[in-house]
Amino acid sequence: MNPPTDLDTLATPELDEAALNPTPNPVAGIDQTKGDFSYPVAQYAFDAGTGLTEDTVRYISSVKKEAPWILDFRLKALKTFWDKPMPTHWATKDLEAIDFSKIRYYLSQGQKPKRTWEEVPDDIKKTFERLGIPEQERKFLAGVEAQFDSEAAYSNIKDVVAKQGVIFVNSTEGLREHPEIFRQWFGKVIPTGDNKFSALNSAVFSGGSFIYVPKGVKVAQPLQAYFRINAENFGQFERTLIICDEGAEVVYMEGCTAPKFSTSTLHSAVVELVALKGAKIQYITVQNWANNVFNLVTKRGLAHEEAEIKWIDCNIGSRLTMKYPGVILKGRKARGEVISIALANDGQHQDTGAKMIHAADETTSNIVAKSISVGQGRSTYRGVVHIPKHLKGCKNNTECDALLINSNSRTDTYPAITVRGDRNYVQHEASVSKVNEEMIFYMQQRGLTEGQAMSLAVNGFINDLARQFPMEYSVELKRLIDLEMEGSVG
Amino acid sequence: MSASPSAAATAKSPLGAFTPELFASHLASVAALPAWWLDRKRAAYEKFAALPFPKRGDEAWRFSSTATLTLDDFALLSATNVPLAPLPVAHAANLTFVNNTALRGATSVSQLPAGVIVTTLAEAAVKHADLLKAHFMAQPPKLGSDKFAALHTAFVGDGAFIYVPRGIEIPAPILVQHIAAGAGAAVFPHTLVIAEENSKVTVVDTFASDSPPVTGHSSLGERQLAVGANDLYAAHGAQLTYIGTQAWSRDTLSFQFNSTVVRRDARVQSLNLHLGARQARHESLSQLQAPGAFSEMLALTVADARQEFDQRTLQIHQAPNTKSDLLYKNALRDQAKTIFSGLIVVDPDAQKTDAYQSNRNLMLSEEAEASSLPGLEIQANDVRCTHGATSSRIDPEQEFYLQSRGIAKSAADELLTFGFFEEVLNRLASDELHEALRVLIQTQFKQGPRD
Repeated sequence: MNPPTDLDTLATPELDEAALNPTPNPVAGIDQTKGDFSYPVAQYAFDAGTGLTEDTVRYISSVKKEAPWILDFRLKALKTFWDKPMPTHWATKDLEAIDFSKIRYYLSQGQKPKRTWEEVPDDIKKTFERLGIPEQERKFLAGVEAQFDSEAAYSNIKDVVAKQGVIFVNSTEGLREHPEIFRQWFGKVIPTGDNKFSALNSAVFSGGSFIYVPKGVKVAQPLQAYFRINAENFGQFERTLIICDEGAEVVYMEGCTAPKFSTSTLHSAVVELVALKGAKIQYITVQNWANNVFNLVTKRGLAHEEAEIKWIDCNIGSRLTMKYPGVILKGRKARGEVISIALANDGQHQDTGAKMIHAADETTSNIVAKSISVGQGRSTYRGVVHIPKHLKGCKNNTECDALLINSNSRTDTYPAITVRGDRNYVQHEASVSKVNEEMIFYMQQRGLTEGQAMSLAVNGFINDLARQFPMEYSVELKRLIDLEMEGSVG
Repeated sequence: MSASPSAAATAKSPLGAFTPELFASHLASVAALPAWWLDRKRAAYEKFAALPFPKRGDEAWRFSSTATLTLDDFALLSATNVPLAPLPVAHAANLTFVNNTALRGATSVSQLPAGVIVTTLAEAAVKHADLLKAHFMAQPPKLGSDKFAALHTAFVGDGAFIYVPRGIEIPAPILVQHIAAGAGAAVFPHTLVIAEENSKVTVVDTFASDSPPVTGHSSLGERQLAVGANDLYAAHGAQLTYIGTQAWSRDTLSFQFNSTVVRRDARVQSLNLHLGARQARHESLSQLQAPGAFSEMLALTVADARQEFDQRTLQIHQAPNTKSDLLYKNALRDQAKTIFSGLIVVDPDAQKTDAYQSNRNLMLSEEAEASSLPGLEIQANDVRCTHGATSSRIDPEQEFYLQSRGIAKSAADELLTFGFFEEVLNRLASDELHEALRVLIQTQFKQGPRD
């Protein structure tokens, strides 16, 4: 793959598709008051309405001026989505609470819901304050501002990566401007039919990041979705594809520790990573959706020979998260790693885990998952480790530890491990415990309140994992845990 | 590897050989049983007929071969005298069942303390109806085999009934043999053990075919079906040890359902040895119902050729201060396949639970396949729950050490494999049983086909 010569796309803010596209909304006739939004939406010309039909998909595709193959891809995906049953034979029945007919599948860029700062709930404001979120970012995160102008802060970094030949665009642009790079891997790591929600995403995706790192390029700074000023980035159905060419390295960060105040109740992203020979990708997520959001995400990486893919995944928000980042270890000596932290408070279910599919000799994988259940929160670890036929020298190590704070907290562990042959090594260990009372007593005796002691203990529990986050993230994570633990004792 | 691989490919009959006609003739043959039992049978048969076969994608059958679960061409054969020696250990009593029928001549009950009952279910139905009714198949199946458990309940005609009254200790084990004789034989072994307050008893169930499990290429033995169950009940302070050794013919489809109820301060230790059968599913359910209850669940499997062993376990902690400890070890050779799926459930008020679950797979060939699904569902916070699963070959360093001391590689591997089994056998209190089981395993291991 040759690096593209025209890098202007990186510096240009995304065109307002809406302004360029005169197509009327074909589903304008439907009753839009059914939506979940409490503000009038009729004024938005480029809204796909609520509910999901072929017209919705055609509409999204036409607004985005997509090539015909993408529309075909979307329509096929829609059929797959309809055909697939809800996975409630193994997953929580809570999924049945999702009403697909009441969801708004597309609001074009710049047309995001607006609210005033006064409308943002006080607890969210307070959290921003406590976390030390910059003023400008607060408004964006709270949904007050549709666009967060990060140009000033981050354009510097963008210039640097652009000079290295890195392509960093959104999904629409990626498929439209660079099909020669992205099309061959798009939908290949996570096929449309992988699960019901990957099919849904394939039908209605918008936003997300498409990144290509050329051969041998090591991107020094972590790339963040933040860098781009596109509000679609935090959309409901974002689609991300990162291709790291031979020997290249990149770190990508998604989300942030501040709670995202969302008006939509379903978030379903698909993230595909491709690490070619010797490449390294690290993907860091901090998920902190509001507590009414279903966060059903499919994330998977494909690691070629001697490549390394590492997922660092932290889930704090949402009502239900189902997310099992995976790595397909396709080439010899490929390496996959998942570091997962989950915190489930009252009314939350963090159903997270990891998948490691070994498909070549001498591949290694490591999974370390730690979960904390507070109040009536429920955290679940679900994992797959698969070492099929005739491989040799494959190794997997899995550790999952659960911490239960209150007497009615809940945790589950459901790993599935299959090993074939006598030349591979797999070990899995899990433990469940509570905070040591003596430890709490000791800290209280030194003058800490019970709440402070508890949050110190919880921070200690995840400390070795939190240290793997970039510094500002781990600092925010610590503050966030302090906040979550405040109400858990006494 | 079954005699008729094509049978699995064609559409399955939901009843197989167990047609309403066969059920009617079975009912006629057991007409002497009390009415409540016959009613249960009829209800179970209806349930069996109504339930579908497990299929691919069923969560309770994940990784299992479901296409081979066919019930065609089996029959209820009459009993013959089978000269099979019981386990060579001193015992307090011995019961033998061949094709679901108690062999009078082979049953010996001697020198049992007063009040102890060792008899057949059929006799217990007359003499101890209340006890039987309360404990016989009292726990519903929870691990996925509802259809086959219903089949068992519909067709079980006899089995062992063991009752140990309050405070009685029986030092020597009680042996129960279940034998399947003849090609196409379907057997429904059942063992019910009630250990009353502060009693102590050891029961050994042996499952075997009239033609012993022939290893090697020449013969697999006869094609048979075994659908067995055992109910273990340990009242306050009772100590119950249960050992099951499964050595059905190499062409048997086997199901075995265990239900263990452990009451206050009682302790149940169970050890299942899996050697025979073509495809064997074992479901084990332990309910820790009152404080101080302890269930120790052990299993050893020697899987070779194309055998498939599918073990599903459930440890339910229903009360505070209960303990369970599970250790399942599988040694896999050739193209053998094992599945371990275990779940520890801690109910919301079962604080101070101490639960452990461990599955160790020793991979001895390139083509063997081991799946582990160790699960936890914890709803109380003051608990100690851990589980672990490992799959690996013999430790090369240990192998090297033995070789460096002049021991040939094959002998070193055998020693290390036997050492792997010993960790489980060491948990047995009785040296005599330990030795008898060790011989069974080592014999099987040495005979086993190496491809």
